[in-house]
Amino acid sequence: MESKNEKLIRIRASERKRSRSTQEYFSRYKIPSGCAIFGIMNESGNTFSGQQVIDGITLMHDRSNGLGGGFAAYGIYPQYKNDWAFHILYDDTAAKIETEEQLNKKFKVLFSEEIPTRKTKGVEDPPVIYRYFLKSAVEAAGEKNGGNNSDESRFKLLEEDHIVDFVMKINVSVTGAYIISSGKNMGIFKGVGFPEDIGNFFRLEEYKGHIWTSHGRFPTNSVGWWGGAHPFGLLDWSVVHNGEISSYGANKRFISGFGYECTLSTDTEVIAYLFDLIARKQKVDLDLIHLILASPLWDEIDRMPADIGDMVKNLRILYGSALINGPFSIIVGSNDFMYALNDRIKLRPMVAARKDDNIYVSSEEAPIKFVCPEPDTVWRPSGGEPVIGRLKKSLNIKVK
Amino acid sequence: MQGSHGNKIMKNIFIQEEYCLGCRLCEIYCQVKHSKSKKIIKAFKKELVDSLPRVLVEEIGYNSFAIQCRHCVDAPCEDACISGAMVKNKKTGVVICNEKKCVGCWSCIMVCPYGVIKRDLSAKKIASKCDLCEDEDIPVCVKNCPNEALKFKEIDQKELVDDRSESK
Amino acid sequence: MALKLTESEFGIERDAEKCISCQVCVRQCSNDVHDFDSDDDTIVSDNQSCVGCHRCESMCPTGALEVKEREAQFKTNANWSPEHLKNLYKQADAGGVMLTSMGSDKPYPIYWDHILFNASQVTNPSIDPLREPMEIKTFIGKKSNKLEFEKVHGDEDKSQAKNILGGTGKVSKIRLKSKVSPQLELSTPIIFSAMSYGSISFNACKSLAAASSEFGTYYNTGEGGLHQDLYKYAKNTIVQVASGRFGVDIDYLNKGAAIEIKIGQGAKPGIGGHLPGEKVTKDISNTRMIPEGTDAISPAPHHDIYSIEDLSQLIHALKEATEWTKPVGVKVSAVHNIAPIASGIVRAGADFVSIDGLRGGTGAAPQVTRDNVGIPIELATASVDERLREEGIRHQASLLVAGSIRSSSDVIKAIALGADAVYIGTAALIAMGCHLCQKCYTGKCNWGIATQDPYLTKRLNPEIGTRRLLNLLRAWSLEVKEMLGGAGINAIESIRGNREHLRGISLSDRELDILGIKHAGEPW
Repeated sequence: MESKNEKLIRIRASERKRSRSTQEYFSRYKIPSGCAIFGIMNESGNTFSGQQVIDGITLMHDRSNGLGGGFAAYGIYPQYKNDWAFHILYDDTAAKIETEEQLNKKFKVLFSEEIPTRKTKGVEDPPVIYRYFLKSAVEAAGEKNGGNNSDESRFKLLEEDHIVDFVMKINVSVTGAYIISSGKNMGIFKGVGFPEDIGNFFRLEEYKGHIWTSHGRFPTNSVGWWGGAHPFGLLDWSVVHNGEISSYGANKRFISGFGYECTLSTDTEVIAYLFDLIARKQKVDLDLIHLILASPLWDEIDRMPADIGDMVKNLRILYGSALINGPFSIIVGSNDFMYALNDRIKLRPMVAARKDDNIYVSSEEAPIKFVCPEPDTVWRPSGGEPVIGRLKKSLNIKVK
Repeated sequence: MQGSHGNKIMKNIFIQEEYCLGCRLCEIYCQVKHSKSKKIIKAFKKELVDSLPRVLVEEIGYNSFAIQCRHCVDAPCEDACISGAMVKNKKTGVVICNEKKCVGCWSCIMVCPYGVIKRDLSAKKIASKCDLCEDEDIPVCVKNCPNEALKFKEIDQKELVDDRSESK
Repeated sequence: MALKLTESEFGIERDAEKCISCQVCVRQCSNDVHDFDSDDDTIVSDNQSCVGCHRCESMCPTGALEVKEREAQFKTNANWSPEHLKNLYKQADAGGVMLTSMGSDKPYPIYWDHILFNASQVTNPSIDPLREPMEIKTFIGKKSNKLEFEKVHGDEDKSQAKNILGGTGKVSKIRLKSKVSPQLELSTPIIFSAMSYGSISFNACKSLAAASSEFGTYYNTGEGGLHQDLYKYAKNTIVQVASGRFGVDIDYLNKGAAIEIKIGQGAKPGIGGHLPGEKVTKDISNTRMIPEGTDAISPAPHHDIYSIEDLSQLIHALKEATEWTKPVGVKVSAVHNIAPIASGIVRAGADFVSIDGLRGGTGAAPQVTRDNVGIPIELATASVDERLREEGIRHQASLLVAGSIRSSSDVIKAIALGADAVYIGTAALIAMGCHLCQKCYTGKCNWGIATQDPYLTKRLNPEIGTRRLLNLLRAWSLEVKEMLGGAGINAIESIRGNREHLRGISLSDRELDILGIKHAGEPW
């Protein structure tokens, strides 16, 4: 017997004949886009509703053109905070069945549901969007053995690698299914439409998180595909991005040497993988990341004190292909921090502000003043100067 | 040793014999420079029947170099000149033969330590020697050397003297 | 008079109106083409001996000379080309291998001329290299998988750290812990390729050395040893170890900034080298450490390298000998199997791989090899870079490519295909005056480059040679910056392997596939 949901999916699938070719289009071509980005973090880890971030991004309506909007929220699933939370877009039943088959093989599904949405003007033709809370089979097995894993961090790395592999596999091989979010205690909500409409569609005012980032998209093509909107996510990483990466090909080839396959040809995807490779796998300190992604000029490096200069020089020699060239401003979210960065010659706008424990980053200053009328400080970070919001004490997400 | 003129620094031609090709373009351009028309084809075809270049390429085997008047500090030719035609300019250090005064006695040729003064028999009998192309920024032999074997640069005249004593 | 079957390739036209019988042409031609008849005051030229080097034409003060390529006067035959006929006559005369010099001149596809570069419009601002920083500094050597850091204790100087590192003061407490592999630092991604003292004159070597030293890049000694007078340029010298081991001792290895093991050369894959005894002058014999006047023969293979593990041994022996202070690379010619060969070289421990393509130059090579063996460097670059990436070892070695890099656009295309830097040989010789007459093997180079005849070598004044090479490096670097800026990129590393910025034109799907680029007209 066909369940109610499966029936629904079947009906929607017939309406969405274009979608496969759209996904293919996205995987074939890199689509440059201009955008608005906005992010808020509470460094004490206090959660707040998504309304604030919707208000902020709404004010920059003119920076997007209705072809993509999205949000990343951290701390929203406290009841499943130690479990993997997947958000998956489905075009049709076949994709859902195939994906769930794979999910069941690799994970213990704790809970799954269609993500609640509300009918919203301006958000048309949505795919079916599901969320799953999962324990990995490795993890479940570990529990059976009495959780006797001496090297927790190594186990964590291993498990995360499994997740990355799984996400890549589904996104590349299952047509019509696309995992947009794959971290813990976080989720990405995105689609085709203006960001305020997408926020309303996903009822984000009902969620509470300690970090929110958002994105309004102005792509230079007219093809709308829900998977192509920002934020782009992998594990806990989420990236919202305004700009065009001229070094895309070099970055893509660099990470491909480490097993990352760009499935979407969006710049943003590359940034997420670079973060994953450098910060997670290679454990480069967060305070050094900007020296790689927006490295100082050789002239500047030459002027640094010898020991620091030597380190920065070697970072640049080693990670030269990870330098993101071309105009960009990005906000990278993670459970523990919010990281914002401009390209090294600041070809895209970015403003930051602080009020008590709250830190704000935005493409423009007005939205910050709108949601926080009297910030303690407002500044314009220079090119290559990061803005980092850090959680004062880790929310203590454990592997098991 | 102090020169009789005030300025000890003068611009002079230097020879880098290791880069002299022996092509003799210096001689050719020198002749053109001192021809009537100063046009190379016309000068060679019509004017310079017997005239001599004031720079000379010396050649033995694959060694060659172009030499012209060294404009000596003590300028023996000036002392030897019986008519006052040969004069060293006190200001520039350049030794010039005033062709109107030259009587063709060849005393200068006999005293010249470098053998760079020649008998010019083409017009009237005069001593023919390098004038450093005074009206040019750079002497034509230097300008037209394809391998920069000749250089025109400032030099302390004292070095010139040392140079000569070495070559002896 | 012997029967003359071959016709002269060049015709020398002398304008009697302009010729002043100055005999510069007579004195300049090492092939004795021009002869002065003092009785008639005329000069007669013998077309048959002319090699088409244009030296006389360049030196003639009145422009009376014109050296013209003559069309062969054989009966037209699409199959038996004039070249076939000429070679047949010559071989029937001499019974030997046809020798030639410089790179192949056969009309194989030149992929550089079928690749177009990109520029920014609207979505991304282009950058003006004259007004904004544009970085082309390049590092050659092994890049480690990752770096280790450590935190130092003590007060951090926040103000200083903030100034230099833009923001987080915490950086001032982090230090590099990993030991980094030795790197060559290039101010521009262009290196002068291996040309030995012997194949070219000392003055040519000196020009290359001085120019690379002044510009902040490198030159390669080839298999000629390192002349003592060039020791002062040691910091910019890549010393080569080839199959003949000429000039190799511990001082030589220690002098170099890097060591390159030469396995093959693009113009003659699988073939060794031969410097005839008459070119082994006293100076060359000292530099090469062989007796004066003896033939210097480089065997076809290294007789201690018959397999990849032997290569690995030599790489490590050289590293050990120089106490792991300098990069050790391996040069091979681009042959059909180049991708796995390069992969093997990287796995054998090389810090850089130099690949020389089909059109690469040489001082002397059998024509049959030069014109028929190997593959174009464009395809080799693309396939090697791809293979090394696939295997996840691309960062373990730098990729230097060579074999007819003719202009700055070739440079940037090579880098976008995946090279770290390029080697230029022929282009550098041309900058010094070479007219590509392809007669280096005769040793009678009228331009004073590929000769040891003291009458000819002094024709290249190293001061001029150096200046011209510096100008070449400067000009190409400026053009590379111009192209980078146009594409909205301000660092050369962002174009390396960035094939998104290349498009093919008039290429088949197969060719595009191997080059890893889209066709012109296809968007991102």
